[in-house]
Amino acid sequence: MTYSTITSSTDTLLQVNNVSVYYGSVLALRDVFLDIPKQQVTAFIGPSGCGKSTLLRCFNRMNDLIPGARVEGKISYRGKDLYDSDVDAVEVRRRVGMVFQKPNPFPKSIYDNVAFGARIGNSKENLDELVERSLRSAALWDEVKDKLKASGLSLSGGQQQRLCIARAIAMQPEVILMDEPCSALDPISTLRIEDLMHKLKQQYTIVIVTHNMQQASRVSDMTAFFNAEAAEGGNRFGYLVEYDKTGAIFNSPQQQATQDYVSGRFG
Amino acid sequence: MTTPLNDALPAVEPIDLTRSKTSSKTIMSVSLTVITGFFTLLVLAPLVAVVFDVAREGLPRLGLESFTELPPPPGLTDGGFGHAIVGSLITLGIATAFSTPFGILAAIYLSEFGRGSRVAYWVRFSANVLTGVPAILAGLFAYSLVVATMGNFSAFAGGVALAVLMLPIVMRTAEEGLMLIPHEVRLAALGIGATRFQTITQIVLPAALPAIATAVTLALARAAGEAAPLLFTALNNNFWSTDAFAPIATLPVLIYFFAIIPFRAQQELAWAAALVLLGIVLIVSIVARLIARQKKY
Repeated sequence: MTYSTITSSTDTLLQVNNVSVYYGSVLALRDVFLDIPKQQVTAFIGPSGCGKSTLLRCFNRMNDLIPGARVEGKISYRGKDLYDSDVDAVEVRRRVGMVFQKPNPFPKSIYDNVAFGARIGNSKENLDELVERSLRSAALWDEVKDKLKASGLSLSGGQQQRLCIARAIAMQPEVILMDEPCSALDPISTLRIEDLMHKLKQQYTIVIVTHNMQQASRVSDMTAFFNAEAAEGGNRFGYLVEYDKTGAIFNSPQQQATQDYVSGRFG
Repeated sequence: MTTPLNDALPAVEPIDLTRSKTSSKTIMSVSLTVITGFFTLLVLAPLVAVVFDVAREGLPRLGLESFTELPPPPGLTDGGFGHAIVGSLITLGIATAFSTPFGILAAIYLSEFGRGSRVAYWVRFSANVLTGVPAILAGLFAYSLVVATMGNFSAFAGGVALAVLMLPIVMRTAEEGLMLIPHEVRLAALGIGATRFQTITQIVLPAALPAIATAVTLALARAAGEAAPLLFTALNNNFWSTDAFAPIATLPVLIYFFAIIPFRAQQELAWAAALVLLGIVLIVSIVARLIARQKKY
């Protein structure tokens, strides 16, 4: 296993230092070292069960909500260990927001969906303006500006996912985590969200988990390839194979496993 | 439409697919359909009979004075049972005021905090047992808790007895409503930094509101018709009363007393009161159905 700590021109925002994650007594992810640069898109790719979503959920402590989940090692955000006993998980999630695989708007109006994020962010800004700005940032404003009172659930799947992104933006986080945000969407909606990511990275740090390698190559600056291996007893655990600039991962990977995966030979 | 290619293929022998009217399969199918239909009607018969009978006996006696006047003294006719309608509403109001907050908070615990825990298991088990407890025992409980300590029968004691009956229904129905809210919606709120409190009060409860309203109305419909727990808690009262700490008349108890005394006028009033009670339960049930229909999930 190799890993590279790339110190490029940008600053490191999240630092993963020898992290292993267990669900109960089962190892899910082993010994990961990884630095996530500020205001870039970092993609996690790899086959099912390789622990990429598990690692993503560590960044905003969503693993806390899974009974039995345990994180070993150190994950630092701006130098602070996220798993220190004095860290408030709610405060972490206000800075590191999450967008899920399945669009999950609240059963409220479009306006109230975004306003909920805004109220959590405790913004002093005028609510109407913040809602509009968030919807514009999520490239949804033009489609919904005339029906802000309509239910968020009345939108199409792609629109719902952009509404969820707007909701996350409205609380004004620094990092946005996306767990396979396009896997439930059609190709056109997927393209719109990929375009959106390019715009969002000017302001936010984005970490995205994806099954879709073309997507990773299109949207990300950095790519981490994870693989899974069977442990004794038959449980599979994930580990980081290679982490580099996206171009390097797809064109000149250092590891044979990465080469095999990105060229479609398995996974 | 024959093409040269089709000509080359040999014809397939036709087969007979018509249904036989006398085969054992057909006879079985028809007779089973008739039997299930007959038993369905049989199940509906008691309900129809009760409604029909109560309406036939009660309607002629029902009038505006039924709602505004007191019952006549023995031997006289006319009058109404307005005091019992008011009394029923007061006792049900007290019961709702007790059972709703307790039931909903318990349901929130069960669905949001205690999922899969031992405590939740035993609370749920106790609620199921409580649902099956005879109503008269709820009255006995309220008697020893309220009547014995306060020294007199009261609307308040009746309300407590009915609250005991309503509590498990409110709790279990509200819990089921909360469980129907998808887990992803809770994760969505928590994932952008909402606290547990914000998630439950601003997202989960509003989404489950129709289910919770249904829970309360269903419990109300059940409690409205109970006479046994009121007999030795709210007792009865022949006069107008709105005092929560004095004995009070209620529709089920009035029906019970008037049905067993040998005066024609009172027996007719009991029929009319039964019709009003049936109407109240019907209206509350319909309201519950209408609310439940506006489900968000």
